[in-house]
Amino acid sequence: MQPLLSQACWDTLYMVGWSTLIAVVGGLPLGILLVLTDRGGLLQNVLANKVIGQIVNVARSMPFIILMVALMNFTRWITGTTIGREAAIVPLAIGAIPFFARLVETAVREVDGGLVEAVQSMGGNTWTVVRKVLVPESLPSLISSTTTTIVALIGYSAMAGTVGAGGLGDIAIRYGYQRFETELMWITVAILAVVISVIQFAGDYAARSLHRRGGRSGPAPKLRLLKASTATGETV
Amino acid sequence: MITTTGLTKVYRSRGREVTALDGVDLHVREGEVYGVIGQSGAGKSSLIRCVNLLERPTAGTVTVDGRDLTALAGRGPRAGRELRQARSRIGMVFQHFNLLSSRTVQDNVELPLEILGTSGKERSRKALELLDLVGLTGKAKAYPAQLSGGQKQRVGIARALAGDPKVLLSDEATSALDPETTRSILQLLRDLNRQLGLTVLLITHEMDVVKTICDSAALMENGRIVEHGTVSELLATPGSELAAALFPVGGEASGDDRTVLDVTFHGEAATQPVISQLSRTYNIDISILGAAIDTVGGLQIGRMRIELPGRYEDNVVPIGFLREQGLQIDVLGREALLVKDGAQ
Repeated sequence: MQPLLSQACWDTLYMVGWSTLIAVVGGLPLGILLVLTDRGGLLQNVLANKVIGQIVNVARSMPFIILMVALMNFTRWITGTTIGREAAIVPLAIGAIPFFARLVETAVREVDGGLVEAVQSMGGNTWTVVRKVLVPESLPSLISSTTTTIVALIGYSAMAGTVGAGGLGDIAIRYGYQRFETELMWITVAILAVVISVIQFAGDYAARSLHRRGGRSGPAPKLRLLKASTATGETV
Repeated sequence: MITTTGLTKVYRSRGREVTALDGVDLHVREGEVYGVIGQSGAGKSSLIRCVNLLERPTAGTVTVDGRDLTALAGRGPRAGRELRQARSRIGMVFQHFNLLSSRTVQDNVELPLEILGTSGKERSRKALELLDLVGLTGKAKAYPAQLSGGQKQRVGIARALAGDPKVLLSDEATSALDPETTRSILQLLRDLNRQLGLTVLLITHEMDVVKTICDSAALMENGRIVEHGTVSELLATPGSELAAALFPVGGEASGDDRTVLDVTFHGEAATQPVISQLSRTYNIDISILGAAIDTVGGLQIGRMRIELPGRYEDNVVPIGFLREQGLQIDVLGREALLVKDGAQ
Protein backbone atom coordinates (compact mmCIF):
# COMPACT_ATOMS: atom_id res chain seq x y z
CA MET A 1 0.00 0.00 0.00
CA GLN A 2 2.79 2.37 0.89
CA PRO A 3 4.66 2.22 -2.43
CA LEU A 4 1.33 2.64 -4.17
CA LEU A 5 0.54 5.80 -2.25
CA SER A 6 3.99 7.31 -2.47
CA GLN A 7 4.04 6.69 -6.22
CA ALA A 8 0.62 8.37 -6.47
CA CYS A 9 1.80 11.33 -4.44
CA TRP A 10 4.84 11.70 -6.62
CA ASP A 11 2.72 11.46 -9.78
CA THR A 12 0.39 14.17 -8.57
CA LEU A 13 3.21 16.50 -7.60
CA TYR A 14 4.98 15.83 -10.89
CA MET A 15 1.94 16.67 -12.97
CA VAL A 16 0.97 19.68 -10.89
CA GLY A 17 4.53 20.97 -10.70
CA TRP A 18 5.17 20.94 -14.42
CA SER A 19 1.76 22.23 -15.40
CA THR A 20 2.04 25.06 -12.85
CA LEU A 21 5.40 26.03 -14.28
CA ILE A 22 4.02 26.08 -17.81
CA ALA A 23 0.88 27.91 -16.68
CA VAL A 24 2.95 30.64 -15.04
CA VAL A 25 5.28 30.98 -18.00
CA GLY A 26 2.36 31.17 -20.41
CA GLY A 27 -0.23 32.93 -18.27
CA LEU A 28 1.93 35.75 -16.94
CA PRO A 29 2.64 37.40 -20.30
CA LEU A 30 -0.91 36.72 -21.44
CA GLY A 31 -2.38 38.39 -18.35
CA ILE A 32 -0.05 41.39 -18.67
CA LEU A 33 -0.92 41.64 -22.35
CA LEU A 34 -4.60 41.74 -21.42
CA VAL A 35 -3.93 44.81 -19.27
CA LEU A 36 -1.59 46.54 -21.72
CA THR A 37 -3.84 46.16 -24.74
CA ASP A 38 -6.94 47.33 -22.91
CA ARG A 39 -8.40 50.79 -23.51
CA GLY A 40 -6.03 53.35 -22.04
CA GLY A 41 -3.25 50.76 -21.79
CA LEU A 42 0.30 51.26 -22.95
CA LEU A 43 -0.19 49.03 -25.98
CA GLN A 44 -3.83 49.86 -26.52
CA ASN A 45 -5.29 47.57 -29.13
CA VAL A 46 -8.96 47.00 -28.58
CA LEU A 47 -9.28 44.29 -31.23
CA ALA A 48 -6.38 42.22 -29.87
CA ASN A 49 -7.71 42.69 -26.36
CA LYS A 50 -11.16 41.43 -27.35
CA VAL A 51 -9.74 38.42 -29.16
CA ILE A 52 -7.36 37.39 -26.36
CA GLY A 53 -10.05 38.02 -23.77
CA GLN A 54 -12.55 35.86 -25.63
CA ILE A 55 -10.09 32.98 -26.06
CA VAL A 56 -9.20 33.15 -22.39
CA ASN A 57 -12.86 33.18 -21.37
CA VAL A 58 -13.80 30.18 -23.48
CA ALA A 59 -10.75 28.15 -22.51
CA ARG A 60 -11.23 28.96 -18.86
CA SER A 61 -14.83 27.88 -18.67
CA MET A 62 -14.27 24.64 -20.58
CA PRO A 63 -14.82 21.62 -18.29
CA PHE A 64 -11.42 20.03 -17.78
CA ILE A 65 -12.40 16.51 -18.69
CA ILE A 66 -13.73 17.70 -22.04
CA LEU A 67 -10.64 19.79 -22.65
CA MET A 68 -8.51 16.74 -21.95
CA VAL A 69 -10.35 14.60 -24.47
CA ALA A 70 -10.54 17.38 -27.04
CA LEU A 71 -6.81 18.01 -26.84
CA MET A 72 -5.80 14.39 -27.37
CA ASN A 73 -4.40 14.90 -30.86
CA PHE A 74 -2.46 17.93 -29.74
CA THR A 75 -1.13 15.99 -26.75
CA ARG A 76 0.02 13.18 -28.98
CA TRP A 77 1.77 15.67 -31.24
CA ILE A 78 3.62 17.19 -28.28
CA THR A 79 4.49 14.15 -26.17
CA GLY A 80 4.07 11.29 -28.62
CA THR A 81 1.48 9.62 -26.41
CA THR A 82 -1.96 10.26 -24.91
CA ILE A 83 -1.45 8.09 -21.85
CA GLY A 84 0.53 8.70 -18.68
CA ARG A 85 1.83 11.57 -16.59
CA GLU A 86 3.48 13.47 -19.42
CA ALA A 87 0.36 13.26 -21.51
CA ALA A 88 -1.72 14.67 -18.64
CA ILE A 89 0.55 17.67 -18.23
CA VAL A 90 -0.43 19.05 -21.65
CA PRO A 91 -4.17 19.53 -20.99
CA LEU A 92 -3.48 20.52 -17.37
CA ALA A 93 -1.14 23.28 -18.47
CA ILE A 94 -3.39 24.44 -21.27
CA GLY A 95 -6.37 24.54 -18.94
CA ALA A 96 -4.39 26.47 -16.34
CA ILE A 97 -2.86 29.11 -18.62
CA PRO A 98 -6.08 31.11 -19.17
CA PHE A 99 -7.06 30.54 -15.54
CA PHE A 100 -3.79 32.01 -14.35
CA ALA A 101 -3.86 34.76 -17.01
CA ARG A 102 -7.14 36.12 -15.63
CA LEU A 103 -5.73 36.14 -12.11
CA VAL A 104 -2.62 37.93 -13.37
CA GLU A 105 -4.78 40.46 -15.16
CA THR A 106 -6.66 41.28 -11.95
CA ALA A 107 -3.43 41.53 -9.95
CA VAL A 108 -1.68 43.77 -12.46
CA ARG A 109 -4.69 46.04 -12.80
CA GLU A 110 -4.39 46.85 -9.12
CA VAL A 111 -1.01 48.51 -9.67
CA ASP A 112 -1.34 52.26 -9.31
CA GLY A 113 -1.29 54.00 -12.69
CA GLY A 114 0.79 56.77 -11.14
CA LEU A 115 3.74 54.40 -10.90
CA VAL A 116 3.53 53.68 -14.60
CA GLU A 117 3.43 57.39 -15.28
CA ALA A 118 6.45 57.95 -13.03
CA VAL A 119 8.53 55.41 -14.94
CA GLN A 120 7.42 56.91 -18.24
CA SER A 121 8.48 60.33 -17.02
CA MET A 122 11.94 58.89 -16.35
CA GLY A 123 12.18 57.80 -19.95
CA GLY A 124 11.23 54.17 -19.43
CA ASN A 125 9.61 52.19 -22.24
CA THR A 126 6.81 49.66 -22.03
CA TRP A 127 9.17 46.80 -21.29
CA THR A 128 10.71 48.78 -18.42
CA VAL A 129 7.25 49.44 -17.06
CA VAL A 130 6.43 45.72 -17.12
CA ARG A 131 9.76 44.65 -15.63
CA LYS A 132 10.26 47.35 -13.02
CA VAL A 133 6.71 48.22 -12.06
CA LEU A 134 3.90 45.89 -13.05
CA VAL A 135 5.51 42.59 -12.04
CA PRO A 136 7.40 43.58 -8.86
CA GLU A 137 4.56 45.73 -7.56
CA SER A 138 1.95 43.02 -8.04
CA LEU A 139 4.23 40.24 -6.82
CA PRO A 140 2.32 39.48 -3.59
CA SER A 141 -0.91 39.12 -5.60
CA LEU A 142 0.87 37.09 -8.24
CA ILE A 143 2.08 34.66 -5.59
CA SER A 144 -1.44 34.32 -4.23
CA SER A 145 -2.66 33.71 -7.77
CA THR A 146 -0.06 30.99 -8.23
CA THR A 147 -1.22 29.32 -5.01
CA THR A 148 -4.80 29.39 -6.25
CA THR A 149 -3.68 27.91 -9.55
CA ILE A 150 -1.75 25.09 -7.87
CA VAL A 151 -4.74 24.17 -5.74
CA ALA A 152 -7.01 24.21 -8.80
CA LEU A 153 -4.52 22.04 -10.68
CA ILE A 154 -4.48 19.47 -7.89
CA GLY A 155 -8.23 19.28 -8.39
CA TYR A 156 -7.92 18.90 -12.16
CA SER A 157 -5.17 16.32 -11.80
CA ALA A 158 -7.60 13.94 -10.12
CA MET A 159 -9.35 13.67 -13.46
CA ALA A 160 -6.07 12.94 -15.20
CA GLY A 161 -6.40 9.40 -13.89
CA THR A 162 -8.84 8.83 -16.73
CA VAL A 163 -5.93 8.98 -19.18
CA GLY A 164 -3.87 6.61 -17.06
CA ALA A 165 -1.78 9.33 -15.52
CA GLY A 166 -1.94 7.98 -12.00
CA GLY A 167 -1.92 10.30 -9.04
CA LEU A 168 -3.89 10.49 -5.85
CA GLY A 169 -7.23 11.09 -7.54
CA ASP A 170 -6.72 7.98 -9.59
CA ILE A 171 -6.08 5.92 -6.44
CA ALA A 172 -9.18 7.28 -4.78
CA ILE A 173 -11.33 6.31 -7.76
CA ARG A 174 -9.82 2.95 -8.61
CA TYR A 175 -9.25 1.59 -5.12
CA GLY A 176 -11.55 3.61 -2.95
CA TYR A 177 -14.57 3.75 -5.24
CA GLN A 178 -14.35 0.83 -7.63
CA ARG A 179 -12.90 -1.70 -5.13
CA PHE A 180 -14.63 -0.43 -2.02
CA GLU A 181 -11.35 0.04 -0.17
CA THR A 182 -12.72 2.89 1.86
CA GLU A 183 -9.68 3.09 4.05
CA LEU A 184 -7.41 3.85 1.11
CA MET A 185 -9.81 6.47 -0.12
CA TRP A 186 -9.79 8.25 3.21
CA ILE A 187 -6.01 8.17 3.27
CA THR A 188 -5.85 9.87 -0.12
CA VAL A 189 -8.35 12.45 1.09
CA ALA A 190 -6.17 13.11 4.13
CA ILE A 191 -3.01 13.35 2.06
CA LEU A 192 -4.69 15.77 -0.38
CA ALA A 193 -5.97 17.86 2.51
CA VAL A 194 -2.48 18.08 3.99
CA VAL A 195 -0.82 18.86 0.64
CA ILE A 196 -3.35 21.58 -0.16
CA SER A 197 -3.03 23.10 3.31
CA VAL A 198 0.74 23.17 3.14
CA ILE A 199 0.72 24.80 -0.28
CA GLN A 200 -1.90 27.33 0.74
CA PHE A 201 -0.02 28.17 3.91
CA ALA A 202 3.31 28.53 2.13
CA GLY A 203 1.75 30.71 -0.56
CA ASP A 204 -0.05 32.93 1.93
CA TYR A 205 3.06 33.27 4.01
CA ALA A 206 5.20 34.28 1.03
CA ALA A 207 2.61 36.76 -0.21
CA ARG A 208 2.11 38.25 3.24
CA SER A 209 5.77 38.71 3.99
CA LEU A 210 6.29 40.47 0.66
CA HIS A 211 3.22 42.55 1.27
CA ARG A 212 4.35 43.54 4.74
CA ARG A 213 7.67 44.66 3.35
CA GLY A 214 5.96 46.75 0.70
CA GLY A 215 3.33 47.63 3.28
CA ARG A 216 0.65 49.31 1.23
CA SER A 217 -1.48 51.14 3.70
CA GLY A 218 -5.21 50.80 3.41
CA PRO A 219 -7.24 49.13 0.70
CA ALA A 220 -6.51 49.75 -2.94
CA PRO A 221 -8.11 52.96 -4.23
CA LYS A 222 -10.15 51.00 -6.74
CA LEU A 223 -11.90 49.13 -3.97
CA ARG A 224 -12.78 52.34 -2.18
CA LEU A 225 -14.18 53.78 -5.37
CA LEU A 226 -16.37 50.76 -5.78
CA LYS A 227 -17.66 51.04 -2.23
CA ALA A 228 -18.37 54.73 -2.66
CA SER A 229 -20.41 54.13 -5.78
CA THR A 230 -22.50 51.39 -4.19
CA ALA A 231 -23.07 53.60 -1.18
CA THR A 232 -24.43 56.41 -3.34
CA GLY A 233 -26.42 53.82 -5.24
CA GLU A 234 -28.22 52.87 -2.07
CA THR A 235 -29.19 56.37 -1.15
CA VAL A 236 -30.64 57.10 -4.58
CA MET B 1 13.77 76.98 -20.80
CA ILE B 2 10.24 75.73 -21.30
CA THR B 3 8.13 77.24 -24.02
CA THR B 4 4.76 76.13 -25.21
CA THR B 5 2.99 77.74 -28.11
CA GLY B 6 -0.67 77.31 -28.88
CA LEU B 7 -0.80 74.18 -26.76
CA THR B 8 -4.20 72.57 -27.16
CA LYS B 9 -5.49 69.34 -25.72
CA VAL B 10 -8.89 67.97 -26.57
CA TYR B 11 -10.16 64.78 -24.98
CA ARG B 12 -12.63 62.77 -27.00
CA SER B 13 -14.77 60.19 -25.34
CA ARG B 14 -17.94 58.69 -26.74
CA GLY B 15 -18.35 61.44 -29.26
CA ARG B 16 -18.07 64.20 -26.67
CA GLU B 17 -15.20 66.62 -26.81
CA VAL B 18 -13.68 68.26 -23.78
CA THR B 19 -11.11 70.99 -24.30
CA ALA B 20 -8.64 70.80 -21.44
CA LEU B 21 -6.09 73.18 -22.93
CA ASP B 22 -7.12 75.96 -25.24
CA GLY B 23 -4.06 77.49 -26.89
CA VAL B 24 -1.70 77.86 -23.95
CA ASP B 25 1.40 79.97 -24.46
CA LEU B 26 3.77 79.51 -21.57
CA HIS B 27 7.28 80.77 -21.21
CA VAL B 28 9.45 79.67 -18.30
CA ARG B 29 12.86 81.32 -18.07
CA GLU B 30 15.97 79.39 -17.14
CA GLY B 31 16.57 79.13 -13.41
CA GLU B 32 13.21 80.43 -12.24
CA VAL B 33 10.44 78.84 -10.24
CA TYR B 34 7.24 79.19 -12.21
CA GLY B 35 3.89 78.42 -10.65
CA VAL B 36 0.71 77.66 -12.54
CA ILE B 37 -2.28 78.02 -10.31
CA GLY B 38 -5.91 77.28 -10.94
CA GLN B 39 -8.88 75.39 -9.64
CA SER B 40 -9.27 71.70 -10.36
CA GLY B 41 -10.47 71.21 -13.90
CA ALA B 42 -8.73 74.35 -15.11
CA GLY B 43 -6.28 72.27 -17.15
CA LYS B 44 -3.17 72.52 -14.97
CA SER B 45 -2.62 68.79 -14.88
CA SER B 46 -3.00 68.43 -18.62
CA LEU B 47 -0.57 71.31 -19.08
CA ILE B 48 2.22 69.81 -16.98
CA ARG B 49 1.68 66.39 -18.54
CA CYS B 50 1.92 67.90 -21.99
CA VAL B 51 5.30 69.42 -21.14
CA ASN B 52 7.00 66.01 -21.02
CA LEU B 53 4.42 64.57 -23.38
CA LEU B 54 2.92 62.08 -20.97
CA GLU B 55 -0.15 63.52 -22.68
CA ARG B 56 0.04 64.15 -26.39
CA PRO B 57 -1.12 67.66 -27.16
CA THR B 58 -3.76 67.86 -29.88
CA ALA B 59 -2.02 70.92 -31.34
CA GLY B 60 0.81 73.27 -30.52
CA THR B 61 4.45 72.77 -29.67
CA VAL B 62 6.48 72.18 -26.53
CA THR B 63 10.14 73.18 -26.40
CA VAL B 64 12.27 72.24 -23.41
CA ASP B 65 15.90 73.36 -23.26
CA GLY B 66 15.90 74.18 -26.94
CA ARG B 67 14.51 70.82 -28.10
CA ASP B 68 11.15 70.63 -29.74
CA LEU B 69 9.63 67.64 -27.94
CA THR B 70 6.51 67.61 -30.06
CA ALA B 71 8.72 66.99 -33.09
CA LEU B 72 10.50 64.13 -31.30
CA ALA B 73 7.25 62.50 -30.35
CA GLY B 74 6.54 61.03 -33.75
CA ARG B 75 3.07 60.03 -34.78
CA GLY B 76 2.46 56.77 -32.91
CA PRO B 77 0.96 56.70 -29.43
CA ARG B 78 4.14 55.23 -27.97
CA ALA B 79 7.18 57.26 -27.01
CA GLY B 80 10.14 56.73 -29.30
CA ARG B 81 13.74 56.52 -28.15
CA GLU B 82 14.51 60.20 -28.65
CA LEU B 83 11.51 61.34 -26.66
CA ARG B 84 12.34 58.91 -23.86
CA GLN B 85 15.88 60.25 -23.80
CA ALA B 86 14.59 63.81 -23.58
CA ARG B 87 12.23 62.81 -20.77
CA SER B 88 15.07 61.38 -18.74
CA ARG B 89 16.46 64.94 -18.59
CA ILE B 90 13.21 66.29 -17.18
CA GLY B 91 12.55 65.43 -13.55
CA MET B 92 9.00 65.03 -12.32
CA VAL B 93 7.53 64.84 -8.84
CA PHE B 94 3.98 63.81 -8.13
CA GLN B 95 1.24 64.57 -5.64
CA HIS B 96 1.04 60.97 -4.47
CA PHE B 97 4.81 60.45 -4.65
CA ASN B 98 4.46 57.37 -6.90
CA LEU B 99 7.24 55.42 -5.22
CA LEU B 100 7.56 51.71 -5.83
CA SER B 101 6.50 50.03 -2.61
CA SER B 102 8.50 46.91 -3.42
CA ARG B 103 11.79 48.81 -3.52
CA THR B 104 13.85 50.42 -0.81
CA VAL B 105 14.37 54.17 -0.78
CA GLN B 106 17.77 53.78 -2.39
CA ASP B 107 16.46 51.44 -5.07
CA ASN B 108 13.69 53.90 -5.85
CA VAL B 109 16.23 56.64 -6.42
CA GLU B 110 18.32 54.28 -8.54
CA LEU B 111 15.42 53.43 -10.83
CA PRO B 112 15.92 56.29 -13.31
CA LEU B 113 19.62 55.45 -13.38
CA GLU B 114 18.82 51.84 -14.19
CA ILE B 115 16.74 53.10 -17.08
CA LEU B 116 19.64 55.27 -18.22
CA GLY B 117 21.91 52.22 -18.06
CA THR B 118 24.25 53.53 -15.37
CA SER B 119 26.54 50.92 -13.78
CA GLY B 120 25.72 49.48 -10.37
CA LYS B 121 28.46 51.18 -8.41
CA GLU B 122 27.84 54.57 -9.93
CA ARG B 123 24.11 54.15 -9.30
CA SER B 124 24.46 53.59 -5.60
CA ARG B 125 27.03 56.37 -5.23
CA LYS B 126 24.70 58.81 -6.97
CA ALA B 127 21.62 57.63 -5.06
CA LEU B 128 23.29 58.05 -1.68
CA GLU B 129 24.57 61.46 -2.67
CA LEU B 130 21.06 62.55 -3.69
CA LEU B 131 19.57 61.19 -0.49
CA ASP B 132 22.07 63.33 1.41
CA LEU B 133 21.07 66.32 -0.66
CA VAL B 134 17.38 65.97 0.19
CA GLY B 135 18.09 65.33 3.86
CA LEU B 136 17.40 61.60 4.03
CA THR B 137 20.81 60.34 5.08
CA GLY B 138 20.46 56.97 6.75
CA LYS B 139 17.07 56.14 5.21
CA ALA B 140 18.50 54.38 2.17
CA LYS B 141 17.47 50.89 3.27
CA ALA B 142 13.99 51.82 4.47
CA TYR B 143 10.87 51.01 2.47
CA PRO B 144 8.54 53.82 1.42
CA ALA B 145 5.82 52.46 3.72
CA GLN B 146 8.04 53.24 6.70
CA LEU B 147 8.36 56.92 5.80
CA SER B 148 6.19 59.94 6.51
CA GLY B 149 4.57 61.88 3.68
CA GLY B 150 7.24 64.54 3.69
CA GLN B 151 10.01 61.97 3.62
CA LYS B 152 8.30 60.16 0.74
CA GLN B 153 8.21 63.36 -1.23
CA ARG B 154 11.90 63.91 -0.51
CA VAL B 155 12.56 60.49 -2.02
CA GLY B 156 10.41 61.52 -4.98
CA ILE B 157 12.51 64.64 -5.40
CA ALA B 158 15.80 62.73 -5.09
CA ARG B 159 14.53 60.31 -7.72
CA ALA B 160 13.52 63.15 -10.02
CA LEU B 161 17.03 64.59 -9.76
CA ALA B 162 18.81 61.32 -10.54
CA GLY B 163 19.05 61.98 -14.27
CA ASP B 164 20.70 65.39 -13.69
CA PRO B 165 17.72 67.24 -15.10
CA LYS B 166 17.75 70.92 -15.95
CA VAL B 167 14.02 71.10 -15.48
CA LEU B 168 11.85 69.84 -12.67
CA LEU B 169 8.11 69.45 -13.11
CA SER B 170 6.11 69.39 -9.93
CA ASP B 171 2.56 68.10 -10.13
CA GLU B 172 0.88 69.30 -6.94
CA ALA B 173 3.89 68.00 -5.02
CA THR B 174 2.73 69.41 -1.69
CA SER B 175 -1.03 68.98 -1.98
CA ALA B 176 -1.07 65.75 0.01
CA LEU B 177 1.08 67.16 2.81
CA ASP B 178 0.30 69.10 5.97
CA PRO B 179 1.21 72.82 6.14
CA GLU B 180 4.40 72.28 8.14
CA THR B 181 5.71 69.60 5.78
CA THR B 182 4.59 71.64 2.79
CA ARG B 183 6.80 74.46 3.95
CA SER B 184 9.85 72.23 4.35
CA ILE B 185 9.36 70.64 0.92
CA LEU B 186 8.95 74.05 -0.70
CA GLN B 187 12.09 75.18 1.06
CA LEU B 188 13.90 72.18 -0.36
CA LEU B 189 12.67 72.96 -3.88
CA ARG B 190 13.79 76.55 -3.44
CA ASP B 191 17.24 75.44 -2.26
CA LEU B 192 17.61 73.04 -5.18
CA ASN B 193 16.54 75.77 -7.55
CA ARG B 194 19.28 78.04 -6.19
CA GLN B 195 22.02 75.43 -5.67
CA LEU B 196 21.65 73.54 -8.92
CA GLY B 197 20.20 76.29 -11.07
CA LEU B 198 17.23 74.03 -11.60
CA THR B 199 14.27 75.44 -13.50
CA VAL B 200 11.06 74.46 -11.73
CA LEU B 201 7.61 74.41 -13.25
CA LEU B 202 5.00 73.62 -10.66
CA ILE B 203 1.26 73.41 -10.68
CA THR B 204 -0.76 73.89 -7.57
CA HIS B 205 -4.10 75.02 -6.27
CA GLU B 206 -2.56 76.53 -3.16
CA MET B 207 -1.79 80.24 -3.28
CA ASP B 208 0.67 79.76 -0.44
CA VAL B 209 2.93 77.71 -2.69
CA VAL B 210 3.12 80.50 -5.24
CA LYS B 211 3.63 83.04 -2.49
CA THR B 212 6.45 81.09 -0.88
CA ILE B 213 8.67 80.06 -3.75
CA CYS B 214 7.58 81.31 -7.14
CA ASP B 215 9.40 83.94 -9.15
CA SER B 216 6.67 83.96 -11.75
CA ALA B 217 3.12 82.74 -11.84
CA ALA B 218 0.25 82.14 -14.20
CA LEU B 219 -3.42 81.81 -13.47
CA MET B 220 -5.35 79.20 -15.43
CA GLU B 221 -9.07 79.17 -16.05
CA ASN B 222 -10.95 76.91 -18.44
CA GLY B 223 -7.82 75.74 -20.21
CA ARG B 224 -6.46 79.21 -20.80
CA ILE B 225 -3.83 81.28 -19.08
CA VAL B 226 -5.67 84.42 -18.05
CA GLU B 227 -2.86 86.20 -16.24
CA HIS B 228 0.87 85.70 -16.08
CA GLY B 229 4.06 87.46 -15.16
CA THR B 230 6.65 87.72 -12.44
CA VAL B 231 5.15 87.89 -8.99
CA SER B 232 6.24 91.50 -8.48
CA GLU B 233 4.75 92.48 -11.85
CA LEU B 234 1.50 90.81 -10.95
CA LEU B 235 1.30 92.56 -7.62
CA ALA B 236 1.87 95.86 -9.37
CA THR B 237 -0.92 95.23 -11.86
CA PRO B 238 -4.08 97.06 -10.86
CA GLY B 239 -7.06 94.75 -10.67
CA SER B 240 -4.96 91.60 -11.01
CA GLU B 241 -7.01 88.63 -9.89
CA LEU B 242 -3.88 86.70 -9.07
CA ALA B 243 -2.48 89.52 -6.98
CA ALA B 244 -5.73 89.82 -5.05
CA ALA B 245 -5.77 86.08 -4.46
CA LEU B 246 -2.09 86.01 -3.53
CA PHE B 247 -2.64 88.66 -1.04
CA PRO B 248 -6.20 88.97 0.08
CA VAL B 249 -7.48 91.65 2.41
CA GLY B 250 -11.03 91.61 3.65
CA GLY B 251 -13.47 94.23 4.83
CA GLU B 252 -16.74 95.69 3.60
CA ALA B 253 -17.72 99.37 3.26
CA SER B 254 -19.62 100.61 6.30
CA GLY B 255 -22.08 102.73 4.28
CA ASP B 256 -23.12 103.93 0.83
CA ASP B 257 -21.30 107.22 0.75
CA ARG B 258 -17.90 105.78 1.43
CA THR B 259 -14.94 105.11 -0.80
CA VAL B 260 -13.03 101.90 -0.26
CA LEU B 261 -9.46 101.69 -1.47
CA ASP B 262 -6.96 98.86 -1.62
CA VAL B 263 -3.54 100.30 -1.03
CA THR B 264 -0.53 98.16 -1.92
CA PHE B 265 2.84 99.13 -0.55
CA HIS B 266 6.09 97.85 -1.88
CA GLY B 267 9.66 98.91 -1.81
CA GLU B 268 10.31 102.46 -0.51
CA ALA B 269 6.68 103.31 0.05
CA ALA B 270 6.31 100.58 2.63
CA THR B 271 8.44 102.56 5.06
CA GLN B 272 6.63 105.91 4.70
CA PRO B 273 3.90 106.93 7.16
CA VAL B 274 1.54 107.73 4.29
CA ILE B 275 -1.74 107.11 6.04
CA SER B 276 -1.13 109.60 8.84
CA GLN B 277 0.23 112.08 6.26
CA LEU B 278 -2.96 111.69 4.28
CA SER B 279 -5.11 112.15 7.33
CA ARG B 280 -3.23 115.25 8.43
CA THR B 281 -2.91 116.89 5.01
CA TYR B 282 -6.56 116.58 4.03
CA ASN B 283 -8.03 116.45 7.50
CA ILE B 284 -10.05 113.33 6.83
CA ASP B 285 -10.84 110.36 9.03
CA ILE B 286 -9.59 107.12 7.67
CA SER B 287 -10.78 103.77 8.89
CA ILE B 288 -8.77 100.65 8.23
CA LEU B 289 -10.91 97.70 7.18
CA GLY B 290 -8.19 95.15 6.76
CA ALA B 291 -4.44 94.95 6.40
CA ALA B 292 -1.67 92.46 5.92
CA ILE B 293 2.04 92.40 5.44
CA ASP B 294 3.74 89.44 3.83
CA THR B 295 6.73 88.31 1.90
CA VAL B 296 5.86 87.34 -1.64
CA GLY B 297 8.58 86.04 -3.90
CA GLY B 298 11.18 87.40 -1.51
CA LEU B 299 9.69 90.92 -1.51
CA GLN B 300 8.16 92.65 1.45
CA ILE B 301 4.65 93.65 0.48
CA GLY B 302 1.94 95.34 2.45
CA ARG B 303 -1.66 95.73 1.52
CA MET B 304 -4.31 97.70 3.32
CA ARG B 305 -7.97 98.23 2.69
CA ILE B 306 -9.04 101.67 3.88
CA GLU B 307 -12.26 103.60 3.86
CA LEU B 308 -12.55 107.33 3.21
CA PRO B 309 -15.68 109.33 3.94
CA GLY B 310 -17.58 110.53 0.90
CA ARG B 311 -17.99 109.18 -2.58
CA TYR B 312 -15.23 108.65 -5.11
CA GLU B 313 -15.83 112.08 -6.64
CA ASP B 314 -15.11 113.70 -3.25
CA ASN B 315 -11.87 111.80 -2.84
CA VAL B 316 -10.14 112.31 -6.15
CA VAL B 317 -7.52 114.58 -4.59
CA PRO B 318 -6.54 112.33 -1.64
CA ILE B 319 -6.35 109.35 -4.00
CA GLY B 320 -4.09 111.35 -6.27
CA PHE B 321 -1.93 112.11 -3.25
CA LEU B 322 -1.58 108.43 -2.43
CA ARG B 323 -0.65 107.61 -6.00
CA GLU B 324 1.97 110.34 -5.91
CA GLN B 325 3.58 108.57 -2.97
CA GLY B 326 4.22 105.62 -5.25
CA LEU B 327 1.46 103.47 -3.89
CA GLN B 328 -0.73 101.26 -5.96
CA ILE B 329 -4.39 102.14 -5.45
CA ASP B 330 -7.36 100.04 -6.48
CA VAL B 331 -10.72 101.67 -5.93
CA LEU B 332 -13.27 99.05 -5.02
CA GLY B 333 -16.71 98.95 -6.56
CA ARG B 334 -15.75 101.77 -8.89
CA GLU B 335 -17.17 100.11 -11.98
CA ALA B 336 -20.38 99.22 -10.24
CA LEU B 337 -20.72 102.85 -9.17
CA LEU B 338 -20.23 104.13 -12.67
CA VAL B 339 -22.94 101.85 -13.98
CA LYS B 340 -25.30 103.06 -11.28
CA ASP B 341 -24.57 106.69 -12.10
CA GLY B 342 -25.18 106.04 -15.74
CA ALA B 343 -28.55 104.50 -14.99
CA GLN B 344 -29.63 107.53 -13.03
